[in-house]
Amino acid sequence: MTVFGVRIPAVFSLIIWGVLWEIVGRTETVFIFPPLSGVFVALFKILGQNNFHDAALISLYAFAIGMICAVVAGVAMGFLMGRVETANKLLGMWVNIFASAPLSSLVPVLMLLFGFGLTTIIVTVFLFAVWIITLDTYAGVRHINPSLLEMGRIFGANRWQLYTKILFWAALPEILAGIRMGLIRAVKGVVIGQMLISVVALGQMFARYSRSFLLEEFWALTLILFAFALGLSSLIGWVERRVEYYAGTRA
Amino acid sequence: MSVALHPGTGADASSSIVEVKGIGMIYPGGTVALEGLDLEIPSGQMTTLLGPSGCGKTTLLKIIAGLLEATSGEVWVAGTRVFGPGRERAFVFQDFALLPWATVLRNVAFGLELQGRDKAERERVARANIEKVGLAGFENAYPHELSGGMRQRVGLARALCVDAQVLLMDEPFSAVDEQTRRLFQEELLRLLAKENKTVIFVTHSIEEAVYMSDRIVLLSPRPGRINRIVTTEIDRQGLTSDEIRREKRFLDTVEDIWGTLKRYLDDERMEE
Repeated sequence: MTVFGVRIPAVFSLIIWGVLWEIVGRTETVFIFPPLSGVFVALFKILGQNNFHDAALISLYAFAIGMICAVVAGVAMGFLMGRVETANKLLGMWVNIFASAPLSSLVPVLMLLFGFGLTTIIVTVFLFAVWIITLDTYAGVRHINPSLLEMGRIFGANRWQLYTKILFWAALPEILAGIRMGLIRAVKGVVIGQMLISVVALGQMFARYSRSFLLEEFWALTLILFAFALGLSSLIGWVERRVEYYAGTRA
Repeated sequence: MSVALHPGTGADASSSIVEVKGIGMIYPGGTVALEGLDLEIPSGQMTTLLGPSGCGKTTLLKIIAGLLEATSGEVWVAGTRVFGPGRERAFVFQDFALLPWATVLRNVAFGLELQGRDKAERERVARANIEKVGLAGFENAYPHELSGGMRQRVGLARALCVDAQVLLMDEPFSAVDEQTRRLFQEELLRLLAKENKTVIFVTHSIEEAVYMSDRIVLLSPRPGRINRIVTTEIDRQGLTSDEIRREKRFLDTVEDIWGTLKRYLDDERMEE
């Protein structure tokens, strides 16, 4: 960004919005925005609390399990759809519907199925992430240069070698993009899952803060989650950039 | 009598290494790409498949390679009927088909990697072939760092590595600029003269076909059939590439083939 010919670092925009928030907060015109400074005080208070640690641990655990399952299942389904036309016809429509459906509305049903516990949250995370990973993997598999497959066959690749030495790597850029988008959706999943159940972990904290108008704490928790999602997403982004050099040269 | 690239190693038509018997190819949708095609490829020579676009020359090459299954007919290689790709045949791709995430060294050694040879051995063979095609020093480069001509050298080295008797080349120079193409053609001839391989080469360039090959198989379009087989009786001994291109026999053969191909174009225009 440049203003009057002077280059301004990107962080600066964050600072501007932060200052604006602080000013609006100080004027106490919009009750939903407490001053940012207060939010930060609450943030550090929360970070030191034991019940936050427990909540974070449970959420992280649910997130990790759900996400790992989503990656494994999504990549497998994407490959199946990309390679087997029958599977594509059978699954394609459903995957597309689920990828764009408001899955939050399904959570109460999941609660009935899996109870008020960790399982429901794991399943929610899984359902939020798996479809986009499937779709991206599918797109990646479909874009593989057919010459590479012919090359594999010419030089005698068996089925296992074809998948592990050619197809997987050729589709990797799209798979990673899918995982990054899946991660962001999974963060939503873990919070929404917990909020709707609102008896466990972070969701419980969210519910308590908003019910009792503890807005500083509420925003602090939101910021923590944002930072977590952003951090993870940039980590995947970093891996993506490392494989990007060949993504553009595959055509 | 034809002057083979490798005199004494099978210019004799009786020792054909690849035999194509009654090959027909109908694509789904009913397009007849090839019909009742018989062809014998003599061992140790370079045979070119030449024809206008749509004559099925690449289809025929891919059927010989085992990549495509013909609707009818048989392919025999070195006395055995084949039903798919095999180690006695290697392929050089029009678009190079290199692994973009692998170095030159790994790409060249990839055929051996798939065969399960151990790393030290396959890298030794790969380095030798990288040197042969003139890419020494680029072992650790990635394909996107190389020019089109260099990428095709990688493709050629990979095909040489597996030491197949038959080398199938699908318009290997079509994605390469003209200067590089001429240099590459010359080097390929020099290299193949030492390697004693049978080469089947697909091109749409008449000059390239006449310059490179011992035999030219002219295909007619839709459905692809063999129109005629031209043996280029050019004595390349002791001539530079420019001198060969100015040879009377070279020019006559080019003119002769052009005459045949032009008729197809005229026919096509009449139909329109």
